[in-house]
Amino acid sequence: MSDSLSADTVMIAGYDGDEIEVYVARPSEEGPRGGVVVIHHMPGYDRGTKEIARRFAELGYDAICPNLYWREAPGAAPDDAAATARAQGGVPDERLIGDVGGAAAYLRALPSSNGKVGVIGYCSGGRQSVLAACNLDLDAAVDCYGAFVTGTPPAEFPLKITNLVDQLHNLRCPLLGLFGKEDSYPTPEQVADLDEILTANDKPHEFHSYEDAGHAFFANDRPSYRVAAANDGWERIQEFYGTHLGG
Amino acid sequence: MCTYATVQTTLDGSAKGPDSSWFHVTDGTVYFDHPVHAMAEHTLNIDFADPSKGPSARVAVELTAASARCLITAIQTALESAPAELRS
Repeated sequence: MSDSLSADTVMIAGYDGDEIEVYVARPSEEGPRGGVVVIHHMPGYDRGTKEIARRFAELGYDAICPNLYWREAPGAAPDDAAATARAQGGVPDERLIGDVGGAAAYLRALPSSNGKVGVIGYCSGGRQSVLAACNLDLDAAVDCYGAFVTGTPPAEFPLKITNLVDQLHNLRCPLLGLFGKEDSYPTPEQVADLDEILTANDKPHEFHSYEDAGHAFFANDRPSYRVAAANDGWERIQEFYGTHLGG
Repeated sequence: MCTYATVQTTLDGSAKGPDSSWFHVTDGTVYFDHPVHAMAEHTLNIDFADPSKGPSARVAVELTAASARCLITAIQTALESAPAELRS
């Protein structure tokens, strides 16, 4: 397999038909192959997230990352866009589902598509990955340390989010969860609660919780980076997507 | 961590921002969450902003928890040192 790829910024139809910016990274080889929607972390549609999209292309998937803050801050620097979105209350769940749905449809319409699409999200995107998988027809979902899938979000802050406990029985695809044992958002207890709920609902899932890792252990430009956890996590993702997005 | 912890306040003052230009600050957003630049896993972040001028009209500060507490003390000390009639 060649590791040649190309990457581009294009516009697609997201929630409610709104045009939003997306970053698309694709292998140069012909398909058919699966696709991956990459949901960025709360700090935004940044260089690190685009690197992740390119890595999925290098692994043999068509990858797309929607700019979830496009409406609040079109064309702004990622950190300014993230600050603006935060000050305005964050990304509404309904809009996230529409934007990820638009991104998945874009992937499935590519001539290289085998019809299968997975989703992965980091930090706040981890919760949003589970949210998308409870509401959209996807083939595999990865939650990287998403807080408030279970647990009680703070009520007094302008960022209005809820946990996803009442939606988990609707999970439509297998879920891979990658967590740090030293994380507080989510705590190991909240991860255990999620495991228990999914097991009770007979939802296929596979969780890995790493020692000596807290939140954001994949982020290789931050002090939270943990090389052992990140390397093993990437291997787990490759194996998981190989099983569910191949063919 | 992704704490989602965010507190907002209105402000009235000025800040020196992009391109070394001063702008009128109308809004403050204070949160304890990921920094973009500081070499700490979590920081107390303050955005001094004027949303009417767009996303880039912002001065961002990321402080460790300890230094944020020092800043609070310094602000209080400076305010209290001023004559009472000037503090409103």
